[in-house]
Amino acid sequence: MAKFNLSVNNKAMSVDVDADTPLLWVLRDHLNLVGTKFGCGLAQCGACTVHLNGTATRSCLLPVSQVGANKVTTIEGLSEKGDHPVQLAWDEVDVAQCGYCQSGQIMQAAALLKRNPSPTDADIDAAMTNICRCGTHFRMRKAIHLAAKKGVKR
Amino acid sequence: MSTQAVSRRHFLKVTSIAGSSMLLGFHLSGGARAAGIGDAVFAPNAYLSIDSAGLITLMSPNPEIGQGIKTALPMILAEELSVGWDKIVVDMAPLDPSKYGSQSAGGSGAIRGRFTDIRKAGATARVMLINAAAQNWNVPVTECIAEDGAVLHKTSGKKASYGELSAKAASMPVPAEVTLKDPKDFKIIGTRVRNIDNKKIITGKPLYGIDTRREGMLYAMVVRPPAFGKVLKSFDDTETRKVTGVKNVVRVKNVVAVLADCTWAAKKGKEALKAVWEDAGKLESTTEHEVNYKDLMKKRTEKPVRNDGNVDEAMAAAANVLEAVYEVPALSHSPMEPTNFFAHVSGGKAELFGPTQVPGNMRGEVARELGIPQENVTLAMPRQGGGFGRKLRPDNGVEAALISAAAKAPVQMLWTREDDIQGDFYRPSGMFSYRAAIGPDNQLAAWHITSAALNSGRSSVANGFPAAAIPNFRADNHNLQSNIATGPWRAPTSNAVAFADESFMDEIARAMKKDPVQLRLELLDKAKSSPVGQPGYDADKLKGVISLVAEMSSWGKSPKGVFQGFAAHFSFSTYVAQVAEVKLFNGKPRVTKVYCAVNCGRVVNLSGAEGQIEGAIIDGLSHALHSEITFDKGATEQTNFHNYKFARMNETPFEIVVKFMQTDNPPTGLGEPGLPPIAPAVANAIFAATGNRIRKMPFNV
Repeated sequence: MAKFNLSVNNKAMSVDVDADTPLLWVLRDHLNLVGTKFGCGLAQCGACTVHLNGTATRSCLLPVSQVGANKVTTIEGLSEKGDHPVQLAWDEVDVAQCGYCQSGQIMQAAALLKRNPSPTDADIDAAMTNICRCGTHFRMRKAIHLAAKKGVKR
Repeated sequence: MSTQAVSRRHFLKVTSIAGSSMLLGFHLSGGARAAGIGDAVFAPNAYLSIDSAGLITLMSPNPEIGQGIKTALPMILAEELSVGWDKIVVDMAPLDPSKYGSQSAGGSGAIRGRFTDIRKAGATARVMLINAAAQNWNVPVTECIAEDGAVLHKTSGKKASYGELSAKAASMPVPAEVTLKDPKDFKIIGTRVRNIDNKKIITGKPLYGIDTRREGMLYAMVVRPPAFGKVLKSFDDTETRKVTGVKNVVRVKNVVAVLADCTWAAKKGKEALKAVWEDAGKLESTTEHEVNYKDLMKKRTEKPVRNDGNVDEAMAAAANVLEAVYEVPALSHSPMEPTNFFAHVSGGKAELFGPTQVPGNMRGEVARELGIPQENVTLAMPRQGGGFGRKLRPDNGVEAALISAAAKAPVQMLWTREDDIQGDFYRPSGMFSYRAAIGPDNQLAAWHITSAALNSGRSSVANGFPAAAIPNFRADNHNLQSNIATGPWRAPTSNAVAFADESFMDEIARAMKKDPVQLRLELLDKAKSSPVGQPGYDADKLKGVISLVAEMSSWGKSPKGVFQGFAAHFSFSTYVAQVAEVKLFNGKPRVTKVYCAVNCGRVVNLSGAEGQIEGAIIDGLSHALHSEITFDKGATEQTNFHNYKFARMNETPFEIVVKFMQTDNPPTGLGEPGLPPIAPAVANAIFAATGNRIRKMPFNV
């Protein structure tokens, strides 16, 4: 066990865990931030996607010891009132079915729009690599275009 | 207006009204349901309550697995109650079959089963609220109307909210009959309403079983048999118990559970455990199954599931006999939320919380396994991270309960994705062998399907299209028995046979030099005008969706470089026809657009209904392109999403256009029927684009 000081959702947090504990389980089990989901544990599905300094990162294979001073943002911290343009677009387009993978999808989409405010279909194809078993891809694509149209601050 | 007689007996039976409280009259405050809501609760039945503050609560009896039931049911209630749908708070009802009947989620049945019940529940409450107001004001009932959560007296302008009337309404007699709204007056049913949990989903609130946290709870991971046919002989947990955070190790049947104070410790403990397995049955492989299927394709059954005319004579007299063999693999359900459950077994009682499609069965199984009465098992359900059939078996809740009992602690059990893919029960693999006779008159004279699937009593649909449309029709269904667990997967049987049937029909149309849509319409005319035996479908309804999708897609007139494929299928009382459009990018086909026409009776929530169809199309496409489970010596060769694959965004259509037939018929199934036609529609489009006839899933194109 070792102590790690983290910046999560702009708050300083400290945890005492094994150094190899993936960030996913630190968030879920130790910081009670359960919006980030476990899907595969192999960085394949993206249900565990968070931002590390604004870049989409799969947290299930990232040991907490490697997070360091990088700023971690989870779905709970993407916006204060749940009104990030991607969140609003996800509601307006009514994307979710079961909803389980959607926090990861939203984090992936928010990171895409941050670096590319008006993505083409090809850009969306390339960036949105998360799995959704309900098949909400068509609506996710629509929602990303909608969020881009309404504007995301860089 | 349709007047629904509600004799007391009928009302009790149909709406499964809360037993004792209803029989005694009305449920005033103090009951379990009323606790904490308000001081006077009007709860005319098990589905709804209205407190004095006007809070309307709907107890949703069916699990929400992504099919949208939790959003659609309040719409139905709101319509009859004359209140905005967003004024209704939806709670998941705990398991209580005495109030709610079967509370499962499967067979595309939740809306089908609840539509009329919930309408009656809302209409009954509306009538009682109106009666209460009329009595309060001493005016005739006929002068009062319900509107927007209040009762109005038209002439005097008096108005009372439902909350104000709730205490009085609770004392009113149950109406002998209630009048349901005329569908022409529907303001909510048929509109577009967003998922009721959207806000919680997009902000990452705890909603799912996996998010359960309780005082003193331990996290459990399990070591499971590595193959079908293997059982646990012994295990050594010396290294496991050295892992920091591991609190206990217990054996439950053929499973060893590692309990720890966090998930990661439980996982490390699981990996450190040394289990010894022994053979307790045959270790089967997919290659053997394939050999067995091929043998079965040569055989006829003693009792074909359908046998019209004489296929052999028709084949002998044919101008052309077509033959083809289609194959489908086993599939895992793999809902995004891996198998999990919370259980706390203590003092002869069990508390369970987690994802299941069959709460009733689970409670029974848990009680039986623990040797306690069913009444001592409480079970509640959170929102669920997908189902697709995986949660139709209660194994997750039972396993968690046994672990909790053995460890004497509240337990959150979680499987890894590897456990989930390797320990599933699978969509059975199958093989379909066809012969078709085209007569000298270029008519389809005979159709003979011989099929086989793993542990399946129903490898093909005996009475589905084109049965009844062809003079000579035979279907032989074989079962290949296996110790590999199989079971229902979204649209059972249909998800496999529709690919084979509708692709082979495309082959026949090409051989006859007929348009594939035109051929189907001609056959359906025959099924309608001179059916051979009984059709298991309505020819007019099937024609309706086929004609509609042909029109929507400008069938046969696609621009250069856009290749169309068609398929249709009837399942769960719903008719679906699809046209898939494929373009070639550097020679590689991609589905760019899908058109879909659906007849599912009345649509409740247009946004949810379109979503179910869009999702079923992408789900079906994804599996058709990539997914396959194969077995080697009893073990799956796939372990996680790197080798059990799904389509990502870059393989999904840019556009999906869905239209529902306008009809006054009651709702039919919708969660499943959108899936079966997409694989053959895409395969037929790929043939149009490349000349490559795909007869095996996954396509791997």
